[in-house]
This record gives sequence, structure tokens and C-alpha cells, in this order.
Amino acid sequence: MTIWRLVPFIAAALVLAPVGVIVSSFFAPASDIWQHLVETTLPLLLINTLWLALGVIVGTALLGISLAWFTAVYEFPGRRFFSWALLLPLAIPAYVTAFVALGLFDFTGPIQTTLRAWLDSDLSWFPDIRSRAGVIIVMTLAFYPYVYLLARNAFLSQGKRSLEVAQSLGFNRKQGFFKVVLPMARPWIAGGIMLVLMETLADFGTVAVFNYNTFTTAIYKAWFSMFSLHAASQLASLLIVIVFVVIVLEQQFRSRMRYAENKRTERAQRIQLTGWHNWLVTGFVLCVLFLAFLLPVTQLCIWAIQSFTPDYDVTRYLEFLWHSLSLSGLAALLICLVVITIVYASRRYPGSAMQYAVRTATIGYALPGTVLAIGVYVPLTWLDGQLSELALRWFQIETGQLIQGTLITMLIAYLIRFMAVSHYPIDGAMQRITHSIDEAALSLGLNGWTMIRKVHVPILKSGIFTAATLVFVDVMKEMPITLMTRPFGWDTLAVRIFEMTSEGQWEQAALPAVTLVLAGLIPIFLFMRQTEK
Amino acid sequence: MSTVLLQLNNIRQTYGEQVVIHDLSLALRKGDIGCLLGPSGCGKTTALRCIAGFEPVSAGEILLNGVCVSSADFFVPPEQRRIGMVFQDYALFPHLDVAANIGFGLHRLTRAECELRVDELLQVVQLTNVSKKYPHELSGGQQQRVALARALAPKPELLLLDEPFSNLDVSLRERLSMEVREILKDQGITAILVTHDQAEAFAIADEIGVMHQGEIQQWDTAFNLYHRPVNRFVANFVGQGVFLPGRVINAQQVKIELGILTGEIPQPCDSGCTLDVLVRPDDVVHDDASPLQATVIHKAFRGAEILYSLRLADGAKVLALVPSHHNHVIGEKIGIRLEADHIVAFHQSTQ
Repeated sequence: MTIWRLVPFIAAALVLAPVGVIVSSFFAPASDIWQHLVETTLPLLLINTLWLALGVIVGTALLGISLAWFTAVYEFPGRRFFSWALLLPLAIPAYVTAFVALGLFDFTGPIQTTLRAWLDSDLSWFPDIRSRAGVIIVMTLAFYPYVYLLARNAFLSQGKRSLEVAQSLGFNRKQGFFKVVLPMARPWIAGGIMLVLMETLADFGTVAVFNYNTFTTAIYKAWFSMFSLHAASQLASLLIVIVFVVIVLEQQFRSRMRYAENKRTERAQRIQLTGWHNWLVTGFVLCVLFLAFLLPVTQLCIWAIQSFTPDYDVTRYLEFLWHSLSLSGLAALLICLVVITIVYASRRYPGSAMQYAVRTATIGYALPGTVLAIGVYVPLTWLDGQLSELALRWFQIETGQLIQGTLITMLIAYLIRFMAVSHYPIDGAMQRITHSIDEAALSLGLNGWTMIRKVHVPILKSGIFTAATLVFVDVMKEMPITLMTRPFGWDTLAVRIFEMTSEGQWEQAALPAVTLVLAGLIPIFLFMRQTEK
Repeated sequence: MSTVLLQLNNIRQTYGEQVVIHDLSLALRKGDIGCLLGPSGCGKTTALRCIAGFEPVSAGEILLNGVCVSSADFFVPPEQRRIGMVFQDYALFPHLDVAANIGFGLHRLTRAECELRVDELLQVVQLTNVSKKYPHELSGGQQQRVALARALAPKPELLLLDEPFSNLDVSLRERLSMEVREILKDQGITAILVTHDQAEAFAIADEIGVMHQGEIQQWDTAFNLYHRPVNRFVANFVGQGVFLPGRVINAQQVKIELGILTGEIPQPCDSGCTLDVLVRPDDVVHDDASPLQATVIHKAFRGAEILYSLRLADGAKVLALVPSHHNHVIGEKIGIRLEADHIVAFHQSTQ
């Protein structure tokens, strides 16, 4: 009996269920709270979300493309170091960058305080960090690596060569860049921007710290301040529509990237920058790296040390750490097991239905955590009610809540959101086991478990390891799902950061944040090791 | 005698510590097709990139129409040289269709002129029926022709082709290289081709420069490279053959194991001195009546001919190209005769 071939379909159903629940809530009769929201805050939410998305797109595109171009084609002091160091901001969750920026640049922060003392002025000209521009800048610094990484890939494989083609056809370097290189890299750049857009729309922590109202914060407030799950679902349904448009766009760009791929030619000689150009580029790159990584990390370390007073409650920190680690470990294990089953099933029983199932199952990464939290919570609560009623009727047992208050809700939400993260490396490894490898193993007398143990496991090992690491770190950094669906008392590092930063206690949030940054560095080093091979 | 279009005077190119081109000079007349032929790593592609303006030269100068475009302290940017280039990987723009790829360099023309020129080129390379397709929908040979048309569109002074056929099937290579030659000659284009494949070089070029270690060993016609190589490298690199020791009998004759060769002796050598004499497979003729016998040690069937490796009585090995109906088995003794009308020989110690 091959029940496991159904796993991809079950996984796809799991992804679709919350979407269905959320979308159907849109058509439910409007409540008073919803009416109130529509009249008061909805227009603002739309405008805020739109501006934020637009600003972050422009910002990450400018930063990502320029940095990618400089490091891919030119030679300047520190180029080798910068080309990987520019990925480091990925290690810092955006909400951490956000609270560090607030702590640093706010009215009471060290920078304004120092400046006031020096200049003996009230500093009324100093721009307010708690503004739309502030959020946009922080998110740009946190998310530009997505565009950088993809654009750099495109430039490395085709940049110098296409510039030469343009020159041989009578265009100068500048014209060549805008007329050839940029249009050719468009699918990659657009792919990067779509990732940024998804992150921006899904973001909860950053906008929460800044008190910048978007859909995600509104969903949270509707649930936890107004106690209206219903209004929260309706808000979520609007967000899901926006996200859906982004998903469709992203898939389009990805399919175009496939055929636009040029063969990677031998690494051409880089263009040596000279004189002041040299230092201008180095300075610019260093500036970005400083603002996006060095400054926040330094400040975090300083706060972490300051917070370490004799009466610091170490056991509480260890408790948060344990919760984070065990939860992430559990999630990584569960998700990898499911994804391995999906990958095997789709390999063993290929077909278009299977293909759709796998694609649906791996689309959950686009669903914002706040949306997912509601989408999973609502049906599970219903199920819980049904179960306890059944138990009462059939066995005369008062079960109480079976699912609520356990880790199950959270784990299912994680599963939906992070299946894609682990699918990519595991599926990639599986692609390397061609059918002729299986046949070769069979012809050499290996079959069944022996083949899996001696052939498949060694080939899949590193892919599974990568997948587990990525999920582990992602779950550790995850904020809204954990915040909204955790069992009582299950505070993790991310939850701790949320609670401390919403009270403006930056120093108390620093040590958990440093822990998350350290964890976040692991996948970056993994990635670097892989690309260096 | 037509005018010289491209002239390289003693150019030198270094990459860090490594000298890629030592001292390279050549002159190409307008309308001619030149070729740089050599093993990989000989500096031929770098030479081409210097001409295009993608690499600077560290010494010497490159003249185009008598005007300097590159020297150690002077440099005309590639886009101002009016030099077209066909890249080894074609580097077609994947986001543009065939017509747009070809018309890409025509930015100085009006829309109508541009369309006219593109149509003209589509006809030249016989791709009119696929003008709306995208590069990834084309076969390798079609992509190659799009790349050629794109480079030709702005009517460059000089066209550079970097290993243009290396990505194609062997069968396609020969046909396409002849086609390209016809197109270039028809359009009156001056061109330089870089390749490691001598069949390709022979098929396309009027004049060929054999390159080795960053220098041109010989700049000549295909016939002369084969029949009058100036040194051992050229003799070995171009065509097949073996060297046999020979003794100079008099000013016009050299005796080798196979017989006596008559002709001008290319190296200064007194009577009685010994030379290494080049014997090509086509210099050795199969003749059953010949008293000279050799043992077949290897044979390679080539269709029209069989290339035999033969061992002579003294153990020396020669190659013989024999019409394929003379089918002999390995170990058999066959009669051979020397039939050559000139002498290629080098002193034994020289390169």
C-alpha cells in the first residue's frame, strides 16, 4: 500500500485550507468592528502598505543592482571581501535592524543626544526616524541582499560579455549597461524584487516596532486588541489578494529566467577602477555594509553587554533560548521528513497532478505569517470543538481542548510556510539521483533499502542538511506565527524581542537579538561554502 | 595590390606577471580573410581581443587604416573602432528576437533604414523565415548565423570571429565555414578568424598565421604552411607527417631511407651533413611494383583513403595515404615509393 504517495496532495491541501478559510471569510457578513475598520483605518492601511512596498522596491533595486554591478564587473580595493560580506545583512532579522535603528537615531538615542550636546542645538532639523522613510530605509537595508544576490548572478554570467557585444556594436559602456546588461538581467532583478516584495508584505516585526500600520499589524491588533478573529480574517483576506498577485508575477519571471540563462563563459578579466572612482566605489560599498550590518551588530553587542548586570536573569534567557532551539529543531525535523516524502513521491509517481500538488505545497512561503496564523487557528479551533464533542458523545469523556494550547497549531503553520525553504535543496539533491543511477545500482545487485542506504542517502545528505539548517534558522527568526499561536508561556527569543521592543527596552532585547544574528550567520556561511566550490 | 587595413606592429600583452603575447606583428589587406591558428593557450584569442579593444596592449601598436587605435599609452575605445565581433558563445540577446538582435547595432539609422538593412541581412544569412523567433528557439547553426548577421549589420571595417564554429557539430562546421567565407567575400568584408582547427582555417582564410607561445610562427597561405613550413612547430602543427634523417648528397639532393629527394635544400648545409626531412603522408605512394617494402603496423580508414602507418626496414615509421581500395591487413608488407617535388628539412638540433 503506497499511502505515502498521497503526502504531496495532503501537503497541498494543508496549504490551501488556510487560504480557503481566509478568503471565504471575506464573503462573511460584515461585523461592526469590520465596518469600523473600513471607515477608519482601511484607507490608511492601503496607503501605508502601498508606499512601503514601493519605497522598498525602489530602494532595494537601486542598492542591489548597483552593488551587484560593482562587485561583478569591476576590480576595486576589497572587492573579494565585499562580494560576500554584502550578504551578511541577511543574518539580521529585519525587526532587529529596526529596533537598533530606532534605539540609535531616536530623540533619546545616543546619536541625537551626542549631537545635541556638541552642537548645543535642539536638533529640530534632525529627520524623524519614526516615519515612513525610516521604515523604508530599514527594510531596504535588510532586504537588498535578495536583489543583490540574483542580479550579481546575472551580471557574473553575462555582464562583461554583453557589455563587450554592445561595445563591438558601437555603444559606449554606459549605453551598454542601460541598453543591454540591464534588460538582459531583468528576469533576475525582477525575481529578486519579488522576493523583497513578499518579505515586505509579510513583515510584521519591523512595522510593529515602528508603529507603522500595515495589514499585518492591523491583523494582529484586530485579533489581540479588539478580540475579533473575524475582522482579522477579513483583513487577512485583502492581504492575501495582494500577495496572490505577487506570486503570479514571481512565477512568470522565474519561468522567463529559465530560458534566458546564458552559458557561463570563462571568467573574463575585471575592469580595473582607477583613481577617485576606485575609492568612491569602495566608500559606497563600505557605507552600505556599515549601515546594514556593522553598525547594528556593534550596537547590539554594546547593549547586550550593558544589559548583563549582576541581577540579569540568566535562567529566563536560557528558557527563551531552549524554547527557540527545541521549537526550531522540532519544526526542522517535521518539515524535512514531510518534504523528503513529497520529493520521493513526486519522483516515484510523476504526473501533472503530482506536479501541481508539489507546486501548491511549496507556495506557502508567500503567505504572511499573520495570515497563516489565523488561517490555521480558525479551522483547528473548529476541529478541536468537533473532537471534544465526539469524545463526549461516544466515550463520555471531558477532553477539553485537544489541539489548542499545544504546539500542533504552530508546527502546522510552520510546515505550511517553510516547506518551500526545504524543498529547494532537497529536490535539488534528488535531481542528481537520475533514473540511470537507480538502474546502475539495480544492475549491481542493490535494491530497496540497500540502495537507499548506500546510494540515495549519501547523495541526499548534504541537501537535507542544508534544508534542515535553513528551516531551523528561519523558524528561530520567525515572529508573527510564534507570537500569535504559541501555547501559553512558550516565549521564544523572537517573542521576547517583540515584547521588549514594544516597550522600548532595547537593551533587554539585545541579547536575544545577538543570538538570532549568530544563528542567522550559519546559512550564509553554508551558502558561501557551496558557491566557493 | 590593395591597401593594408589592419597592421599589428610588435604588440605585447601581459596579464599580471604572465606574458600572453610576446611580439606579434601582422598585416591584413582590405578584403582578405586572415586567421590566427594555434593550440589553446597560444594567445590567439587575446590577440583578437586586443584588436577589438577589449584588452590594452603593453607595447607595440595596432593600426587600423593607418591610424593608431592601440598602443601602450593610447587607446581608442572599442565602440569607436568600427570593428564587429562574432563571439565564441555568440552572446545573442536572449530577450530580443532574431530581427531585433540583428538590428541592435543600427542605432544611428532611422527606423526604415534599419528595417531595410535587417531584411537584407536576414536574406544574406538565409534566416528570413525565423526573424520573429527568439535565440533559444534556434539551432546552433542558426544562432551562429544570427551572430554573424548582427556583427555585419553596422558594416564594420573589420570583422573578428572568435572560434566561431567550435560549438557546432563537426558535420555542420565544414558546411557553415564555407558558407561564411562566401558571405564575407560576397560582402567584401575584411575579417580575422581565431581557431585551433586547421580544417576550419583552411576552409575560410586567405592567409593564416600559426601562433605558438604568443608569437606568430609563420604568416602564409594554407598551401605554403603545409608544403613550406618555416620551422618544426608549424610542420608538426599543420597536417601530419614524420621526420626522417637524411643525408645531403649535393646542392640539390637529399637521401633518406625511402629514396632520394630532389629540390632546393631549405637549410644551409654542405654535402654529407645530415638533416631531419619532413615526409607527409601524401609524399609516400603505394606501388606494388616498388622494390621498397614496408610493414603495415596500423591503419585508419578514412573513406576515400586509408591512412597507413608503416614500419621501414630500419625501424623508422612513415605515414602513407593510400586510395581505400588498396586494403591491406596489419603485418602485411606492401611496396611504397617516394613521390615529392620539394624538400622540407631542418637541422637536427633546431626547433
